[in-house]
Amino acid sequence: MEGEVVLLDFWPSMFGMRTRIALAEKQIKYEYREEDLRNKSALLLQMNPVHKKIPVLIHNGKPICESLIQVQYIDEVWNDRAPLLPPNPYQRATARFWADFVDKKIYDLGGKLWRTKGEEQEAAKKELIECLKLLEGQLGDNPYFGGKDFGFLDVALVPFYCWFYTYEKFGRFSIEAECPKLIAWAKRCMQKESVAKSLADQEKIYDFVLHLKKALGIE
Amino acid sequence: MADELVLLDFWHSPFAMRVRIALAEKGIEYESREEDLSNKSSLLLKMNPVYKQIPVLIHRGRPVCESLIIVEYIDEVWPHKSPLRLLPSSPYDKANAMFWADYVDKKIYPSGKLVWGATGEVQEAAKKEMIENLKELEGELGDKPYFGGESFGFTDVALIPFYTWFYALETCGDFSIIEECPKLVAWTKRCMQRESVSKSLPDQYKVYCFLMELKNKFEAK
Repeated sequence: MEGEVVLLDFWPSMFGMRTRIALAEKQIKYEYREEDLRNKSALLLQMNPVHKKIPVLIHNGKPICESLIQVQYIDEVWNDRAPLLPPNPYQRATARFWADFVDKKIYDLGGKLWRTKGEEQEAAKKELIECLKLLEGQLGDNPYFGGKDFGFLDVALVPFYCWFYTYEKFGRFSIEAECPKLIAWAKRCMQKESVAKSLADQEKIYDFVLHLKKALGIE
Repeated sequence: MADELVLLDFWHSPFAMRVRIALAEKGIEYESREEDLSNKSSLLLKMNPVYKQIPVLIHRGRPVCESLIIVEYIDEVWPHKSPLRLLPSSPYDKANAMFWADYVDKKIYPSGKLVWGATGEVQEAAKKEMIENLKELEGELGDKPYFGGESFGFTDVALIPFYTWFYALETCGDFSIIEECPKLVAWTKRCMQRESVSKSLPDQYKVYCFLMELKNKFEAK
């Protein structure tokens, strides 16, 4: 039923975590292959010749690239369990819109917090907080973005939770103070095995970023 | 039926063109409202408070934003309205169609903007990249009549609006797209034979004039 499933990934990647969570939610057995991004494998270059990036999901030898596309693919192929996208088209469009918002905003703004300083960093921090508040607003009084159940947007956003510690250290602020409901949501998600096992340790991420900064020559 | 569906539109936007094409392919009636982007309507600001951009499809009073999300929504709500779906039913083919549509957003749009909008080294680099990107798309097309295979589909809808930029790209970038990518140009002509496309796309020269006005405005700032 499953066929062969391989995930080319990189442990700190929030994008890779999305796919790990989706696979775990569906209880799919797969082979995890860690990529060294400074020395990309021939398989990665062959399976994602266009962007040469992880994550790449390889199902029965055929590649699927781009994390949100992978999550949707997993949801469609293994549609007999743990649905991630709701059946209603309007709710699906709304989930996709906010997942796309996460892609357009959170990653770049978060990146600026550790890559930049001074005014640029301050501006990024302000904007990041605004964006997180907008997302928090979408949650409303629901336990998950998917409503009663963990869903597509939860999968899209929760990986950033293990990066929050890094953002907070560099930006010198507390996300919990700004967005308490969002952090409560993240902790709720972390109680799910699929999430807890897929997210990296937040202090390891911080160490990784410190090393990365040195390697990139960023003060 | 028509009063249930409103499209907040802007004639020259390639993103809005995608939605027009999808609605036309499905034969769906709707009310089109042209926005003045220098003076956005209160409806637009209310329906898309996050980005304040067009296109916005308002269906029974509820907004759907972001062109590819709108096209997918249209395909899901009105699956019966055309002989074939815009998105393939096979999950793998669907993922592939979405990948290449996303490629258009990530690659064609940004490099294209710099080819007609920038000058000097920035423009030269963008032109090189644009040609590579178009060739990459041409490679994906292969010998198929459409990106969707035998039938016009999601990736075709995502890319064909940028055909309206061709005159501007060639004039500003000083290169010939047909020389670089003959198969891709053949594909554009094939798409333009579809009424849904030809009626949704403005004339290339008019788009060129509009883009040059835009460029001058930014340069003046």
